[in-house]
Amino acid sequence: MSVFTKLLATAAVAGAMFASPALAQDNVRVALVVKALGIGFFEAAAKGAEEAAAELGNVEVIYTGPTDTTAEGQIEVINALIAQKVDAIAISANDTDALVPALKRAMQRGITVISWDSGVAPEGRQLHLNPSSNPLIGNMIIKLAADHLPDGGQVALLSATTTSTNQNIWMEEMNKVMGNYPGVEVVATVYGDDLADKSYREATGLMQSYPDLDAIIAPTSVGIVAAAQAVVDAGKVGQVNVTGLGLPSEMAGAIESGASQSFAIWNPIDLGYSATMLAYELSQNGIEAAPGAEIPMGRMGTLTLDEKNEGAMADPFVYDSSNIDAFKSIF
Amino acid sequence: MSDTAAQTRHIPDRLNSRAFRILRSWETLLLGVAIAIFVINTFTSPYFLNAWNLSDATFNFTEKAMIAFAMALLIISGEIDLSVASIIALASTAMGLAVQYGAGTPELVLIGLGVGLLCGAFNAVFVTILGLPSIVVTIGTMSLFRGISYIILGDNAFRGYPDSFAWFGQGYLYWVFTVEMLFFVVIAIFYGVLLHKTNFGRAVYAIGNNPTAALFSGIRVQRVKFILFLLTGLMSGVAAICLTSRLGSTRPSIATGMELEVVTMVVLGGINILGGSGSIPGVVIAAFVMGLVTFGLGLLNVPGIVMSIFIGLLLIGVIALPRLWSMFTARRAS
Repeated sequence: MSVFTKLLATAAVAGAMFASPALAQDNVRVALVVKALGIGFFEAAAKGAEEAAAELGNVEVIYTGPTDTTAEGQIEVINALIAQKVDAIAISANDTDALVPALKRAMQRGITVISWDSGVAPEGRQLHLNPSSNPLIGNMIIKLAADHLPDGGQVALLSATTTSTNQNIWMEEMNKVMGNYPGVEVVATVYGDDLADKSYREATGLMQSYPDLDAIIAPTSVGIVAAAQAVVDAGKVGQVNVTGLGLPSEMAGAIESGASQSFAIWNPIDLGYSATMLAYELSQNGIEAAPGAEIPMGRMGTLTLDEKNEGAMADPFVYDSSNIDAFKSIF
Repeated sequence: MSDTAAQTRHIPDRLNSRAFRILRSWETLLLGVAIAIFVINTFTSPYFLNAWNLSDATFNFTEKAMIAFAMALLIISGEIDLSVASIIALASTAMGLAVQYGAGTPELVLIGLGVGLLCGAFNAVFVTILGLPSIVVTIGTMSLFRGISYIILGDNAFRGYPDSFAWFGQGYLYWVFTVEMLFFVVIAIFYGVLLHKTNFGRAVYAIGNNPTAALFSGIRVQRVKFILFLLTGLMSGVAAICLTSRLGSTRPSIATGMELEVVTMVVLGGINILGGSGSIPGVVIAAFVMGLVTFGLGLLNVPGIVMSIFIGLLLIGVIALPRLWSMFTARRAS
């Protein structure tokens, strides 16, 4: 074979590689742009987006993102999407501010832009979808404990640091709704500083100080794992239930051992599903994203926008022995 | 008894003609690749051949190419600077800091260029005066410069750049022609002339081929290298101004990993990574090749990971092809 024919063959193969994706122009094209490809959380969100697309029928989801989590990489992706004249971009941003000029340009060219999970500054998007809200999280963490205490009981909080903004807001919100859970008493609040060993010692201390303790609530992914380990080591599985906010991959063992009955965190599948639904509504059904607007998002209900055009999707999603196996490999 | 005619050897009466050399050169091969990619892109995506889209696509390579020109000279001289992306981070952070104290656009430009020069000088001192290997020094400063940005900024961002500052990275001169394209052209011409038409350029080649011989020929080797590091720092400063202006904000993670893309562009442009040879037109074409490939694949929504694989294959392919060709012709001749 001469060099010329070899080259020709190579070119033909390369050409075939390029030519494969057929362009379906009639479909509404929604681009789901993530921080970086190859992250389980976002792969799950893409699954949710495909679910929404199947439900809507005429939607094509373009799942894309840069190789590493840089703003520059996302801008290159956005430029390519603008060039393709997609109908909507739903983005989880690597940078609140740096993407604004590129996304503004997308909006000027008639593309619907929303952010989800990790937001963009208000001038760079039409709305932002938060996975949940502080009041919903505050209610969820006490509900998780109370659900397994029908006759009431003693619970203790294991937080991050005394100055952790998120945890403090959530505990404050929790205190507001304590009236809804009669018989449940918060006996102590301790701080593990989001360090595994300190959280472990604090959890052990709680069980020694309060022998009748029924549950430990840890609204931090570090604390909840450490507390579950402390319960196992103290031989109190079945007596003390560890719950709060954690990651399925890290909590699978605690669910299996029974140290934790259930815990909560956002569900990436629902997030991708809702983002796609919202993008479709804004781009196709002429719905205006304005403060106070209520926008439908399929099976997830409606999203109500606040004065910054942000909305909360739902309660944190509850993980227990029935679904942990499906999610532990995702994130 | 052999025939006397069989014993005569063919001796060429002249070397390969100029036209033949140009035809066989690296730049021609690369230009062919660029044209091929352009044609493939045109056929695979209906959105490719659009003036505005092509204009947007140039942002994929203009800033990297500005640094690549200076880097090309540095690599020809046998040195390398891996800290360029971190210099961008530090220069951008310094500009962001100045904005907080009310600096205007002219001051910001001076600060961006100044920090770039200082960082270049810092590298240069360690390499040329202390005689340390540049790859080690600049791996160190790669962490050092970006580390300072992280200390200053932490998890925060600087924003609030003046509106006039947006001209560099978001401005248009005429129709689809951006300000960054002008910078790209001016800088390319500057380095093209510097490398190919001046004594300084000849000194750079001489140093890359044999620094000892260059020294004994009266070339001030360390001074030339010092200037090359300064130029690379300065170009990083220019790129920092453009990138910061385009993003409208500064985070310490700005331009992460750009140094490898710059080096890839230089090597793809036919610059010998061991020093001594290469040309600026090659780097110009390489910049277009990389920009066209990433934009073309982006239009087809090819994931970034596949894109990196493709760039890697392109690099290896383009470098291997001439080698394979010479092996092939050598075999045929024997």
